[in-house]
Amino acid sequence: MIGLQTVYFLIGAMFLAFAVLSITDRTNPKRFGNAIFWGLIALSLIGGTWLGDFANGLIVLAVAGIATFGWLGRGAAEVGEEQRVSFGDRYGDRLFLPILIVLLTAVIGTLLFLYVPPLAALGLFAANRETLVLLCVGVLLALATLYVWLKPPVLAPLQEGRRLMDAVGWAAVLPLMLAAFGVVLKDAGVGDLIGDSVGGIIPSGMIFPAVAAFGLGMALFTILTGNAFAAFPIMASAIAVPLLLVEHGGDPAVVGAIGMLAGFCGTLMTPMAANFNLVPASLLELKDRNAVIKAQIGTAVPMLAINILFIWIFAFPWHTN
Amino acid sequence: MPEAEVVNYWPLLGIPIIVIGFVLRFNPMFVVVAASLATGFLAGWDVHQVISSLGKAFNDNRLIVIPWIVLPVIGMLERYGLQHRARLLIIRMKAATVGGLLIVYLLYRQIISAIGLHTTAGHPQTVRPLVAPMAVAAAERQADLDEDGIEKIKAQAAATDNIGLFFGEDIFFAIGSILVIQSTLETYGYQLSPLNLAMWAIPTAIAAFIVHSSRLLMLDRRLGRLPQAGGVR
Repeated sequence: MIGLQTVYFLIGAMFLAFAVLSITDRTNPKRFGNAIFWGLIALSLIGGTWLGDFANGLIVLAVAGIATFGWLGRGAAEVGEEQRVSFGDRYGDRLFLPILIVLLTAVIGTLLFLYVPPLAALGLFAANRETLVLLCVGVLLALATLYVWLKPPVLAPLQEGRRLMDAVGWAAVLPLMLAAFGVVLKDAGVGDLIGDSVGGIIPSGMIFPAVAAFGLGMALFTILTGNAFAAFPIMASAIAVPLLLVEHGGDPAVVGAIGMLAGFCGTLMTPMAANFNLVPASLLELKDRNAVIKAQIGTAVPMLAINILFIWIFAFPWHTN
Repeated sequence: MPEAEVVNYWPLLGIPIIVIGFVLRFNPMFVVVAASLATGFLAGWDVHQVISSLGKAFNDNRLIVIPWIVLPVIGMLERYGLQHRARLLIIRMKAATVGGLLIVYLLYRQIISAIGLHTTAGHPQTVRPLVAPMAVAAAERQADLDEDGIEKIKAQAAATDNIGLFFGEDIFFAIGSILVIQSTLETYGYQLSPLNLAMWAIPTAIAAFIVHSSRLLMLDRRLGRLPQAGGVR
């Protein structure tokens, strides 16, 4: 059965190749920093399962140190813009096909392996991991197609992948750091501390203030921790369960589902949600690190208000409102 | 909790460390690790325990890096002119506007996420190679844009992807957030089925489509009022 470990080996091999190729990139003044950085990520992906928590923690500290001291750089592109445009004119719209190979392998493959009984019965992929595994399969199929069709230099896909990865830089790993921070907060009992103090200041007896405090609290704690999953248990114990469900008899499915979505409005507004907000800014090579957040605020604020109203309207019987 | 026990509030300091670090624009990697270490030490853990806890959490979340696997394909296609083709495609579609294009992508992203295929699209998979260059090409035809204006269009392409994902994925019942809601409320004795939870994500999904589409249409109108681009290339 193919599961996550296989996928980690594949991606780890990719990062290992990025590390080795970094060393040979003389256009990058900080090439050894890049090599060590991507090498450590490769080590975590390939060996993390067996290294033990302490060794993995040392990898985390080393990776963070390289980023903090600014030891990551970028080399020059192998192929300039002019050359790309002329390639584009030569190969035409068929260049869209390899992307379609990746997307369709993942989409159609998932549907086939989930819903066609004979294929599903093979049990080829670990449960709930079909799409991720098939995404990798799609990538390999697309690369095979590209080799046959364009006959590029053998290392070209890895060099071009490394070029994009270097553009993202340490931001690629920040989401993992933030997830780790969330776990530390939880294990240190910070969630309960906050929950206890917030729960005490909500006036009891009225529904709407409690609903608003729950929705705003979900968004605020998501902004602080970058993760609505971390905010939900805190706000559930502080407000949702004691006030909305027990005192006012709200529908738990509505409170839970829409409360989480109120938290997602916070995700749209915080640099702490690095993989959604900071990583695309570096991937698109934007100068303003917060440009994506700025583009999202105009949707996130009204959606937060709408979610609070939806909980109020849908979770409580009309006569109590 | 026995009454005599004094509650240790010190670990709460980790959160202001994060906020101050981000506001002062220190390197985020440094800020997050410093806040994690501080939180652990203030909770009374020893060095070994703090580092192990970071390592375990990092290791358990490696799933996050999987989408980077598409970079060699995207990079290769860019080498052979994909972004150029994406721009040309939009220039050939004379009626395409940046707002219209992003509304179509928003709907696609919501639907694909709602049926559990959220990892098939995303910033590396679709936004950088396709959506962003197409959006910029469409916007440049609607108005004369400076570098700042182009940045805003690219950022809006990334934002549209996030909004489609966030307000689509919870309609799929087997997603992480639904499981978090279910298991949290179960500890308080509320038994909820994932399908029941997923159903209540639908009103917000519709509202998000309306709100964000309206903003994208306003973007089109704003571009229409700017000086026109000098002819179609």
